[in-house]
Amino acid sequence: MSSMFSTPDGMDRRHFMSHLAGAAALAAPATAFTSSLLANATDLKKRHKAAILLWMGGGPSTMDIWDLKPGAPTGGQFKQISTSADGVAICEHMPLMAQQMHHMSIVRSMSTREADHMRGRYYMHTGYVPNPNVEHPGYGSVIAHELAEQVQNLEIPPFVSVGSGSIGPGFLGMTWAPFVVDSNGNVRNLDMGIDPTRIDQRLKMLATIEDRFIAEKRGGSAEDHRKVLDKTVKLMTSKQMEAFKVMKEPKELQEKYGTTGFGRGCLLARRLVEAGVPFVEVDLGGWDNHADIFATLADRKLPELDKAMSALVSDLADRGMLDDTAIIWMGEFSRTPNINGGGGRDHWARSWSAVVGGGGFKRGLVVGETSSDGKEVVTEPYSSQDVMASVLKSLGISLETTFTAKNGRPMKIANSGKVIKELFS
Amino acid sequence: MRSLKMPSVEFFPSLAVAMLLGALLATESRVIGAAENDHFGIPQVKFINQQIVSGWEDAGLKPSDPATDAEWCRRVYLDLIGRIPGLEELQKFLSDSSSTKRLELVDRLLGEDFIDDYARNWTDVWTTVLIGRDVENEMVSRPGMRQYLRRAFSKNIPYDRFMEELVTATGDNANRKNVEGFNGAANFLSGKMVENGVQATAKTAQIFLGMQVQCTQCHNHPFNKGKQNQFWEFNAFFRQTRTLRKFGGTRDIQWAELVDEDFAGEGGNPEEAELYYELRNGLVKMAYPVFVDGTEISHTGYVPRTLDTGEQIGANRRRELADLIKASPLMPKAIVNRIWGHFLGYGFTKPIDDLGEHNPPTHPELLDGLAERFREQSFDLKELLRWIVLSRPYALSSKSSKGNQRDDPALGEKPKFSHFYLRQMRAEDLYESLLIATEADQSRGSEEAAKKKDEWLSQFIIAFGTDEGDDATTFNGSIPQVLMMFNGDLIKQATSTGKGGFLDRVASSNLKNPAKIATLYQAALARNPSSKEVTAANDMLVARKGDAIGALQDIWWAVLNSNEFIINH
Repeated sequence: MSSMFSTPDGMDRRHFMSHLAGAAALAAPATAFTSSLLANATDLKKRHKAAILLWMGGGPSTMDIWDLKPGAPTGGQFKQISTSADGVAICEHMPLMAQQMHHMSIVRSMSTREADHMRGRYYMHTGYVPNPNVEHPGYGSVIAHELAEQVQNLEIPPFVSVGSGSIGPGFLGMTWAPFVVDSNGNVRNLDMGIDPTRIDQRLKMLATIEDRFIAEKRGGSAEDHRKVLDKTVKLMTSKQMEAFKVMKEPKELQEKYGTTGFGRGCLLARRLVEAGVPFVEVDLGGWDNHADIFATLADRKLPELDKAMSALVSDLADRGMLDDTAIIWMGEFSRTPNINGGGGRDHWARSWSAVVGGGGFKRGLVVGETSSDGKEVVTEPYSSQDVMASVLKSLGISLETTFTAKNGRPMKIANSGKVIKELFS
Repeated sequence: MRSLKMPSVEFFPSLAVAMLLGALLATESRVIGAAENDHFGIPQVKFINQQIVSGWEDAGLKPSDPATDAEWCRRVYLDLIGRIPGLEELQKFLSDSSSTKRLELVDRLLGEDFIDDYARNWTDVWTTVLIGRDVENEMVSRPGMRQYLRRAFSKNIPYDRFMEELVTATGDNANRKNVEGFNGAANFLSGKMVENGVQATAKTAQIFLGMQVQCTQCHNHPFNKGKQNQFWEFNAFFRQTRTLRKFGGTRDIQWAELVDEDFAGEGGNPEEAELYYELRNGLVKMAYPVFVDGTEISHTGYVPRTLDTGEQIGANRRRELADLIKASPLMPKAIVNRIWGHFLGYGFTKPIDDLGEHNPPTHPELLDGLAERFREQSFDLKELLRWIVLSRPYALSSKSSKGNQRDDPALGEKPKFSHFYLRQMRAEDLYESLLIATEADQSRGSEEAAKKKDEWLSQFIIAFGTDEGDDATTFNGSIPQVLMMFNGDLIKQATSTGKGGFLDRVASSNLKNPAKIATLYQAALARNPSSKEVTAANDMLVARKGDAIGALQDIWWAVLNSNEFIINH
């Protein structure tokens, strides 16, 4: 290797590389790379809106967590405890969250119709039921799309999904696809291990091939590939990738979140939001408790959830970030009030709870009510669309926003859901 | 694997590439391919062409031009055997001037020469269909599943028997040395028997009948005719079946055994072995085995046996189920739709495994007609594959034209197949194609190679945290995939300049530089570089200051990372 390509003294490799890659970016203007180096920590910490979705894959039994029915035949084994929010009681196995409930509100009147995992996942993420002719974007893609502009020079993807695939970008296109990482924030294969100048030359060669193929008009995926290449190059050269290094957090704080996958994922979410990422989804699976539900919840699921979720809420509050960061807790549906022969609960969508907080939400509330056995919503029922509309409102995103699906059909944001008015004063 | 062998060092640089260059030049200038009425004398192909053409006419669409021979060749290798053609294979096809060379290639790819490749590819496809991508179910043995599938596809067993073997399997799911009783087919159901086999119920209906019954487990379906009783009546066929955990003297589960046992019924009378399920309003109802078309079988829960009196009693419920599926018109429709989707990028319905009345197919007559013809052909899968890859829509260019650019299912339009729809290679295809393009591994197709591939694939798997083992892949065109292609070990290996490797052999050949560059293009993209690309490649040679192999490495990296490489076009 000729010495003229070696790294100048006093510059670390990645820094040097980002200078060079500026010239080599496949499409982005060169300034995007150099100027990002100028953006200092204070700029990045400028106020921006964000949302964190705590996704409970499998469908958690919300009447054992947020809407207990002690004494009812369907009530299960758990007692309820009072919380920091006046008159709000939750499950005894959520003692840490009980101290944070003044930051959150429970919507106890969710009523939906999709009780199959994949359909429910899709519906709760997008506000639409699955349709063979159009793929709708989910929360992450919609919010990233609407808020990406607010942080200048965001080089890391605006939609990060921790430990789960979430839902794809649908008609918004691959640019808005979730960037999936594991809960340790590990991003594999970041380093090409060769001289930056040479990377640059490789990328030029690659751009020539990509362009030729795109020009042949064979279909949108050729162009999508190119767009994702651009994003990848940006990411490889970005100092903002530091945000993924969750292990750099103080030990005590790591322990407060819990040294579980979900705990680290929540801490990572906070770091990413701090760095300017407008949407992070953190996945906690294992709620599909068709058998032996009470032991599973009490011994494993609820302690893990309680620790991480409460640490996240209090950490965001401590840092003054909670007012700009909406938190959503939900799964694809909930579980049957009736307890089955195996001591479990099956799929149930008709009456359940979701939890929201932070952002522009009114907090410490319970919205809606279910019947004494938990089988019916007795107040106005709310849907996936309604929750989505409320989350968007809490972030200041206009509900008049309309997307155009690839087939030219206009698609109203949040499928024209109605804002849950109790959540706003 | 004789046919897979790449040309030797002495042979390939001078002779093969020179021939290939000529062949590519010849075919790219004149587009030859399936003419309007060219169906190779195969009536089923003629039928497909007629149906598809009438769809174009109804929609006022003009089909794209036929794909070039090189494009078609790459496509057919990818879709039939899960990898791109090697240099020599491509050259052989292109330099063949016979008018029936496409038919001959298809028959070779489906024949003895490629039997290992063929079996490996369809084993990959069906492993995902039958047991998903996630590796973490202790009641499932992926090697066992694969061993069964490799045998099934090597022997091309008829599809109805394939279904029957999977649906009725009993035995050990993993193959243990010197122990009898192994049946890899047991892996389809061994991991799906928990909670009275609701997963077995849902997946059997979905895969073999194209019916989505999982929603009706808990309630009547809100949008179609699916009723809750239908789910449980179907479930009743699996109530004699159990998966036994086997520890083999250790403390951990070593393997699982799928067995059929007497089912006493939840009311305790094995002669009338019923099950109970709960309606949403709390009422409890009873179900016996009833097939989706309403056919009832005996209520007995006894497995078949002969009493001391000589009397035969009992019924094997899964065997009865397999017979009913075999006779059902839904079975051939479901498989035809799945296979069509594999080759054309979109099935006649979306999703491909939902043929319910609420989800009408785009080409109902074609679907029904192909299903009938498949039955007439004794469910010979290779025949079905042959008809589809030799059909006109499969041979069209992926370049859209003014007359058909609106035919784009990615925009939510119903597919009319008036041009070839782009799709990304599956992760498995990419892996195998890289091995072929670089001749990196000679042990392709072995169980050891499959495990290595599994390990590599595992980086892309995301589980959804449900009991149903739902999963997805990040090998979907997103950033992690691009990072892997940019910097991953597999690419480092594929672009290695090590002695005796692919790049080394190209570099040390006596070809001129342009021919070396062309060799890389042909090996990966089945075409020659454009003049612009030759210029860009020359710049690379200059930049590397005479380090020819270094420059070739950079070009090779760029070629392998391109949209054109990763996309089946």
